[in-house]
Amino acid sequence: MSKEGVIYRISGPVVTATGMSAAMYNIVRVGNEGLMGEVIELHGDKAVIQVYEDTSGIRPGEPVINTGETLSVALGPGLLTEIYDGIQRPLATLEKVMGSFISRGVDADGINMEKKWAFEATVSAGDEVTSGQVIGTVQETDTIVHKVMLKPGVSGVVKSVKSGDFNVTETVCTLEDGTEVQMMQKWPVRTPRPYKQKYAPDTPLITGMRILDFLFPLAKGGAAGIPGPFGSGKTVTQQSLAKYSDAQIVVYIGCGERGNEMTEVLDEFPHLIDPNTGQPLMNRTVMIANTSNMPVAAREASVYTGITIAEYFRDMGYDVALMADSTSRWAEAMREISSRLEEMPGEEGYPAYLSSRLAEFYERAGRVETMDGGDGSVTVIGAVSPAGGDISEPVSQGTLRIVKVFWGLDAGLARQRHFPAINWLGSYSLYPQSLNQWFRDNIAQDFPEIRTEISGLLQVEAELQEIVQLVGSDALPTDQQLTLEVARMIREYFLQQNGFHDVDAYSGIDQQYKMAKAILTFQDSAKKAMAAGALLDDVVNVQARTDLMRGRFEKGYLPKMDGLVDAMVKEIAAAVEEN
Amino acid sequence: MTGKEYRTITDVKGPLVFLNKTEPVAFGEIVELRMEDGTIKNGQVLDTSDELVVVQVFEGTASVNLNTGVKFMGDVFKLPVSKGLIGRILDGAGRPRDGGPDVVPDAHHDIIGAAINPYSRASPHDFIQTGVSAIDCCTTLVRGQKLPIFSASGLPHNDIALQIARQAKLTDSDEEFIVVFCAMGITAEEYNFFRSDLERTGALENAVLFVNLADDPAVERLITPRLALTAAEYLAFELDYHVLVIYTDMTNYCDSLRQIGAAREEVPGRRGYPGYMYTDLAMLYERAGLIKGKKGSITQFPILTMPGDDITHPIPDLSGYITEGQIVISRELHQAGIYPPINVLPSLSRLMGGCIGEKTTREDHKSVSDQMYAAYAQGRELRGLVAIVGEDALNERDKQLLEFSGLFEDKFLRQSRDEDRSLDETLNLCWDLMQNISTKYLVRLDQKWIDKYHPVDKKE
Repeated sequence: MSKEGVIYRISGPVVTATGMSAAMYNIVRVGNEGLMGEVIELHGDKAVIQVYEDTSGIRPGEPVINTGETLSVALGPGLLTEIYDGIQRPLATLEKVMGSFISRGVDADGINMEKKWAFEATVSAGDEVTSGQVIGTVQETDTIVHKVMLKPGVSGVVKSVKSGDFNVTETVCTLEDGTEVQMMQKWPVRTPRPYKQKYAPDTPLITGMRILDFLFPLAKGGAAGIPGPFGSGKTVTQQSLAKYSDAQIVVYIGCGERGNEMTEVLDEFPHLIDPNTGQPLMNRTVMIANTSNMPVAAREASVYTGITIAEYFRDMGYDVALMADSTSRWAEAMREISSRLEEMPGEEGYPAYLSSRLAEFYERAGRVETMDGGDGSVTVIGAVSPAGGDISEPVSQGTLRIVKVFWGLDAGLARQRHFPAINWLGSYSLYPQSLNQWFRDNIAQDFPEIRTEISGLLQVEAELQEIVQLVGSDALPTDQQLTLEVARMIREYFLQQNGFHDVDAYSGIDQQYKMAKAILTFQDSAKKAMAAGALLDDVVNVQARTDLMRGRFEKGYLPKMDGLVDAMVKEIAAAVEEN
Repeated sequence: MTGKEYRTITDVKGPLVFLNKTEPVAFGEIVELRMEDGTIKNGQVLDTSDELVVVQVFEGTASVNLNTGVKFMGDVFKLPVSKGLIGRILDGAGRPRDGGPDVVPDAHHDIIGAAINPYSRASPHDFIQTGVSAIDCCTTLVRGQKLPIFSASGLPHNDIALQIARQAKLTDSDEEFIVVFCAMGITAEEYNFFRSDLERTGALENAVLFVNLADDPAVERLITPRLALTAAEYLAFELDYHVLVIYTDMTNYCDSLRQIGAAREEVPGRRGYPGYMYTDLAMLYERAGLIKGKKGSITQFPILTMPGDDITHPIPDLSGYITEGQIVISRELHQAGIYPPINVLPSLSRLMGGCIGEKTTREDHKSVSDQMYAAYAQGRELRGLVAIVGEDALNERDKQLLEFSGLFEDKFLRQSRDEDRSLDETLNLCWDLMQNISTKYLVRLDQKWIDKYHPVDKKE
């Protein structure tokens, strides 16, 4: 058996080769044009290959060459601000080589091999270095220091190390045993990168979206699923998270989605400022765009490419957030490949291993002690696009079994133009228990209690609404009418948030707390005033409350809030005397 | 290798022909089959190996037998393209249907079409005025967008599509659209309706038609839209035209896809449609857009009929996940005698936000559109309540909203088939209608627009 075989059969993206020695997940070059493919099944002499590019025009008898490598990504300085296809080819490079349309048979390095980076060594000759240890740094963008690490598995004593300007393939450090270390390392995408241990998450990922942070918080190192039918705002939510969450690095995977959406992100991100650092968002972002019409096998690979890059930055001690939009398209890619392999299907034609693949992917999230001894995390947020909006389908169900946060998007809310259209009755987060301490220590002692009160009110509203449907709201006693009014304030003032508005798109967590508190203050003073004889209408229609609610669209809202709340309390108290 | 004719067919099943012992045949290669009486059918290779080749026959396998000669043409399916396509009517496989000569090609383009590099795309932001109020105000069409019409059988989607094709223009230039029309499995009657309308208005001279009718081979429908889009790409990105692609009916296309899947004994997905239908549809819809540094554009207007008026059916469902919004036609409005019966509530244009406003349309457009939508939505909801409790039980606000929802349908939605309203007319009409609601209930309108645009307020 040799490294070279010949094509025996072609069926869409699946090619069978004979006469070639191959191992599972070997990368091969298919046909005269050398299309990139990956071995995904072996039958005796036959190797089944999924090809990452269009296979039209390829014939049986053409050569297949096994590179012996597995599908890997190049990791090193130069990843940030890049936009890749599913197999880490930079789209800008592809444009240069083949123009505006993606043709095939072109290989491109994942990171720039020529560019010189100022490497500063943090170890010196004679130091003992261990697997995964940081040996130097590079200022990659204005905000991010890239830490150059030994590849996992490499260790020894430093013989020589030099600071200075190098490209990623030049040796910067030599070990006593002769091992030469470069800034770039390759890592197979389907293998999780190692870490010392996983910690329980205890810090929230602050996203600036009130309904998420306040009611359904996600921990750094946690995993969340966002299912929703088309038009319910999955992509807008994912993009808001990419823009405003307080992760240090963001990896955004556009997996089988619209081309124009990726263009929008590309146009927008370089001009948007990260509210946490004041720097352009692009400086902390790596993007992967494998749109719906790009090859299916590369779509299957794109989520692995993305999460491996995320893990790499985690290993430097950063908090990384990864958005995958949409995992359903990834699952469909698996289904398509599986059906070409004529595998026995599971539910709805998806392969039987769908749920284990989903679990393996989400399990790569987590907060860890890195090999270097630091503390880093990968938070995964996966969008799900259930057919017909029905989440009983396998991808939604497979996701919900693993993730601890469920942000359920609701077509009904979207139709009422209530955005973000996240259903507050059906969504959940299992993290509040582990995060409450953080909220108490960093925001306010009574933070968890306020949250319970707010979500309790929403629950009561849902029950009252059922009665209102039958008899109308006038038939309710005034205290219940007030509860409805308070719940409406929660919905319109707190839960609704305009993701496109300059100011409203992002609320700091301390502001969120104050807004929630202001709602409860309104409830309390309204109750008091009504007990003293004020009319519901007068209490509800006080101008100061409108001012308080409108104010959130203006800059510098937080410092003004105390004054606005005081004014509201006074005006409500005055409503008693009017009577 | 061309020229060699094989007579090695072993099986014929539905639209598929299986043959063995051939020279290496390329995946996707074009095939000619010669019947015993000398007629030629065309096909394409779906699966190829050393022993077995599977060919999908576009014209159907009637009269194919084991002696049929099979010739492999050595290349994948290509469309001859040139400026001469404009004004022509071709059949579903790209052959002249208008009795004219073959198109003299400047080039041959692969009909599968490569994906546009997302990095090379330009963001669509030019407002297209369609002259239809419901669309211009509430689901604005943008140049480079793919915006399908979700309709159902018996509804006037064809009239709407034609009205848009006739009236579509940019407000700040005289550039005309080239219409590429692609018919898939529609009836001869529908086709004649389209053709005579295009002829009547002179638009035919600036159009290319690809026509596969209901009695043409079903499998051919799988290539018809690809031919149309290949022509569109050539006209847009090489000859700098702005192209409007209308294709009808996507439902027939998807049914052909299902037919091939079933013949290949593939594992079916939902409702028997193949699991790769999302990818397949994306390969069509994603061929819309703009490219940086190129003048032309492709705007797509696919029409699909929702089986059983069901928007969760796989065809509209998967389309909705790919396209940038949808225009939903309502049977209820149609039966109430309103044309165009566009239900704005489930309709959506995803690109609208980036294309309306002071610089492109009018400063109050977004506010007005939000307010019209909200008021109509509330008014519609109240109709259900009124049916139970009666109109007298409503408060003043609800009464106004209820009345408004009727006016919305009667005055705003309703327009005649050749009425071309400018955007100013549409927005001014909105302001006129909103007079029927007291301004204190118009919470989505900025005060500054009320001050500037609101006509004399008669309710205050």
